[in-house]
Amino acid sequence: MRKYTPKDNVQGKSYYTDRFWVAPRVPREEVEEGSHFEAVVNALGNQIKESYIEVGQLVVHIDASENFSVLKTLRDECGYKQCSEQSAVDYLAQDGEFELFYQLLNHTEAKRVRVVCRIKKGEAIESVVPLFKSANFAEREMFDMFGIKVNNHPYLKRIIMPDDWEGHPLLKTYPLHGDEFASWYEVDKIFGKEYRDIIGPENRDPAKIERYDTKRFSRVGYEVPFGADISEGEKEQAIEYSETILVNYNAGTKQLDERK
Amino acid sequence: MAQHQVNYASSAGLPIALTTVDHLVNWGRSNSLWPLTYGLACCAIEMMAAGGARYDFDRFGTIFRASPRQSDVMILAGTLSKKHAEFARRLYDQMAEPKWVISMGSCANTGGMFNTYATVQGVDRIVPVDIYLPGCAPRPETLQYALMMLQKKIRKESANMNKNTKQNLRLV
Repeated sequence: MRKYTPKDNVQGKSYYTDRFWVAPRVPREEVEEGSHFEAVVNALGNQIKESYIEVGQLVVHIDASENFSVLKTLRDECGYKQCSEQSAVDYLAQDGEFELFYQLLNHTEAKRVRVVCRIKKGEAIESVVPLFKSANFAEREMFDMFGIKVNNHPYLKRIIMPDDWEGHPLLKTYPLHGDEFASWYEVDKIFGKEYRDIIGPENRDPAKIERYDTKRFSRVGYEVPFGADISEGEKEQAIEYSETILVNYNAGTKQLDERK
Repeated sequence: MAQHQVNYASSAGLPIALTTVDHLVNWGRSNSLWPLTYGLACCAIEMMAAGGARYDFDRFGTIFRASPRQSDVMILAGTLSKKHAEFARRLYDQMAEPKWVISMGSCANTGGMFNTYATVQGVDRIVPVDIYLPGCAPRPETLQYALMMLQKKIRKESANMNKNTKQNLRLV
């Protein structure tokens, strides 16, 4: 049987306290001796800061200034002919850095390598378009979404957002509903700023349930008067349900009168 | 009297139909609504199905046109991104008067599930909408019904579009 947990006042307290679930970390394994990946690690030599196997893929951490030479070695000497993805992860709040990654594929060995490097905010990275043509759009997308400049890129221009867009939407600091520029973008562009008043602000998420809205939604477990201010917290005022009593129908009808 | 000659004297034999200009013009307009092919997302699939053989929009005199110059109705079918809003408005402006707009599906009506920075939160921020069509995605029957509602609306309107007040967002 399932373990019994007391059900008293389940509405009053949160039954799940872990707000932000942390994913279990994938185990990292050492690079096996004599394997293909060991040859890769040896080919790169002292350019590697850290290397390990994660889910069957080799992950190498390198210095950001050496990304071109590392990828050139991987392409020319280790047979990684395809760059299937290149982008960045925003760790600015945590570490003040972006993590850039290059996902490479070797067709003959059927092996993948992820090259990871870190750059500070405002720093630029060298383009790998001369090595991998597919990095062209990927680097443009990285520039568009994170604002990371790429040196010697043939055509570094926004690829997803409009050219006159302000801000870089995949940064963790960028609001999901957009900043002021984003929320008025189409109005400003088509009609001009003077039409903001006529068209009005965006009406977002009208179905949102406010925690302290006592006008549109009933309070589960706590009945409060219409429009009552409960922003300071609800009173402990559990609902009284009518009592259920077991009735023995063979013992006459008087029992029902005992009910509230 | 020869058979081919019209008997003007007999009742209802007159070769004349009495009607109003409004009625006549609106009869023509409402029965040949040519929509601009404006599929933006998955609603476009339902729109295409409505135009196909099974649902057959041709019965309504509705034939999809690929040019705004030849269209009367703009069916905005799908998610309108902010990047694209400018072009949607430009195509609307290129359509000849009189013109109507059907907003098809949740995304076009309100932004739908795309409550993000990149999606226009309702195409009525860009163009004046006549019919809002709910659903995600609406079935072809719903689009047919919307078109019939639009026909009804047109038949109630004045043939002189300047008299109609619904074009409140008609700018420039």
